[in-house]
Amino acid sequence: MSVDEQQARRRAVIRDSLGVGIATGTYGASFGAVSVGAGLDVWQTCALSLLMFTGASQFALVGTVAAGGAAWSGPATALLLGTRNTLYGLRVAPLLRWSGWRRAAGAHLLIDETTAMSVTRETEADARTGFVTTGLTIFVLWNLTTFLGAVAGTVLGDPRRLGLDAAVGAAFLALLWPRLHQRTSQVVAVLSVAVAVGLVAVAPPGVPVLAAGGVALLVGVLTRGTTEP
Amino acid sequence: MTWWTLLAACLGCYLLKLAGLSVPTKVLDRPVVRRVADLIPVALLSALVAVQVFASGNELVLDARAAGLGAAVVLLVLRAPFLVVVFGAALTAALLRLA
Repeated sequence: MSVDEQQARRRAVIRDSLGVGIATGTYGASFGAVSVGAGLDVWQTCALSLLMFTGASQFALVGTVAAGGAAWSGPATALLLGTRNTLYGLRVAPLLRWSGWRRAAGAHLLIDETTAMSVTRETEADARTGFVTTGLTIFVLWNLTTFLGAVAGTVLGDPRRLGLDAAVGAAFLALLWPRLHQRTSQVVAVLSVAVAVGLVAVAPPGVPVLAAGGVALLVGVLTRGTTEP
Repeated sequence: MTWWTLLAACLGCYLLKLAGLSVPTKVLDRPVVRRVADLIPVALLSALVAVQVFASGNELVLDARAAGLGAAVVLLVLRAPFLVVVFGAALTAALLRLA
């Protein structure tokens, strides 16, 4: 392949990564607003975006806090959701081939979008370009918009009057939506809703969601041997 | 939420990411592990939707949040971007409470 072609492809990777990064990074605003609505202060909210930096886990943590869950159930849900990043890591590690401080720094940016923008690349250089461009764009915007959303949420006051309690459910649904294409996922979704709703009356807040994780385990093990695209 | 809980959760999430980049692929990369790991977000997010929208403490309730979720479904079907879905649901619930 010629140098020109390589450069053209690299520019295309950067352009796509910036697009995904900007689209994703800005929804930190909804996290910021929802988090202060859940009762965290602005600094805790910003610390989560800076240090946890994985959207679904962050929303789960503050959502469980808002629901009045036990102290351990929010972090437990966040960690369970965070396990998918481990799997992403297994998939991209052979492509990125980082070690030492690069691996330690890169790990912080290992999320849905950076995986998606690097896992399809054919060369190590393109994979790294996609990963780093997407990751840094999201990191900068996510933290900036989290702060703005948190400040706006604090200034505007009562989260219920603003409908922010309804925004949490919508955020989870939007994160779930692209995962519902497969039949198995649809079955797991329906069963998980049933388990969670069934446990609301009898278990402390936070526990119904964790119990639904058992559905994933059960279905994942029982469908052994079946193949799905 | 205490700062210690918050920081411990952040550290845990980071270590999960680092493990993915560090553990030899063959240790965890088995079909059953991959399938369960793919399904865990589906299970947790579905349960979170249900609980966030229909639970109030230990009770199930139908209130403005359900209307917000309905709006979110419509917006997702129309392929609206994430922020529009989230704030569309909030706006729907807020307007309903004003009425």
